[in-house]
Amino acid sequence: MTAPSSGTRPVLTAEDLHLGFGETRALQGASLSVYAGEVLALMGPSGSGKSTLLHCLAGILTPESGSVRYGDRDLARMSDTERSALRRGTFGFVFQFGQLVPELTCLENVALPLRLAGAARRDAHRRAADWLERLEVADVGGKRPGQASGGQGQRVAVARALVTEPTVIFADEPTGALDSLNGELVMKLFIAAAKETGAAVVLVTHEPRVAAYSDREAVVRDGRVRERELIR
Amino acid sequence: MSVSFALLGLLEGGPRHGYDLKRSYDEAFGRDRALHYGQVYATMARLLKNGLVEVESEPGDGPDRKRYAITDAGITDMAAWLTQPEKPEPYLQSTLYTKVVLALMTGRDAAEVLDTQRSEHLRLMRELTRRKIDGDLADELICDHALFHLEADLRWLELTAARLDRLAEKVGR
Repeated sequence: MTAPSSGTRPVLTAEDLHLGFGETRALQGASLSVYAGEVLALMGPSGSGKSTLLHCLAGILTPESGSVRYGDRDLARMSDTERSALRRGTFGFVFQFGQLVPELTCLENVALPLRLAGAARRDAHRRAADWLERLEVADVGGKRPGQASGGQGQRVAVARALVTEPTVIFADEPTGALDSLNGELVMKLFIAAAKETGAAVVLVTHEPRVAAYSDREAVVRDGRVRERELIR
Repeated sequence: MSVSFALLGLLEGGPRHGYDLKRSYDEAFGRDRALHYGQVYATMARLLKNGLVEVESEPGDGPDRKRYAITDAGITDMAAWLTQPEKPEPYLQSTLYTKVVLALMTGRDAAEVLDTQRSEHLRLMRELTRRKIDGDLADELICDHALFHLEADLRWLELTAARLDRLAEKVGR
């Protein structure tokens, strides 16, 4: 593993993670560091363990052994409440699809994390509208996700992930369900916005053109990680 | 080859001087590699010899006094070139395939060969992506073309990486 520029400290560190599902060993000694503000692409063949690694980093899955630290804190030693708070406020998530609440409007979807964190309705909606604007989907604010196109829906999901201004955003195949033109637009706006807020992005993708939006890549193979140095 | 046709194509819009041709070429196609004046005049001399362009001389001396115009034969050639598809060339795979097989044969780490290549491909893809984001539509289209090609190479790399065990068996390691 090569440390990036001197003085940069990792925000998230995974060390020697092991995790299996039945007979399958998904992670077999995976170690990885995520640095503040970087866009890191997790690549590797399907079944290599990259999504499992992402879920461990995000505190969604707990490894059988090894540790994931956010700053100085071990995720496994946090209470469920602390971990949930971390996932709600400090981490942001973008998945391939099915992440927006279909009964809410797009604006309400983006405002939801703020409302859950206790923000007043008006303030939450104002900030949500601002994020929709930045992702160039202000016009679908009043629509339900089902009435927006796939590309628009995904940009709404990105706005929702960014609205709390998280430290780390986890994105699992964020363009997987989109055509190349819409995928490019999502990536361009997503990465620009993340860079603007200073959020680190952990991006799982099997698409090289999507990975090209990253600062560096880590290749997951057989449950282990091979990191590449940070290129800026 | 394509430089001659690009210059011919520019002449279809009307006769031009050499320096004007160079400027128009650089603007439209020379973002990565601008033409040298020497190239323009050498190409024009060849096209002239083949009867694809003709010269309209103006009073005075020197090459810049010459105005080049496309001939009917030039227009026919140009049209033929445009309708002729380019040969799809498997340019990189053969070299990489050789490297991977040799690595396996000599007991070296073939996955490392592929990883190094992936990293190099991604480095270039990042560069192109940045250029695309900062550029105009022409940059975007030119970069996208290169990106799709690099992506095709990378897909092959991934597939090969996934089949290394089988390939190792085949080459007898």
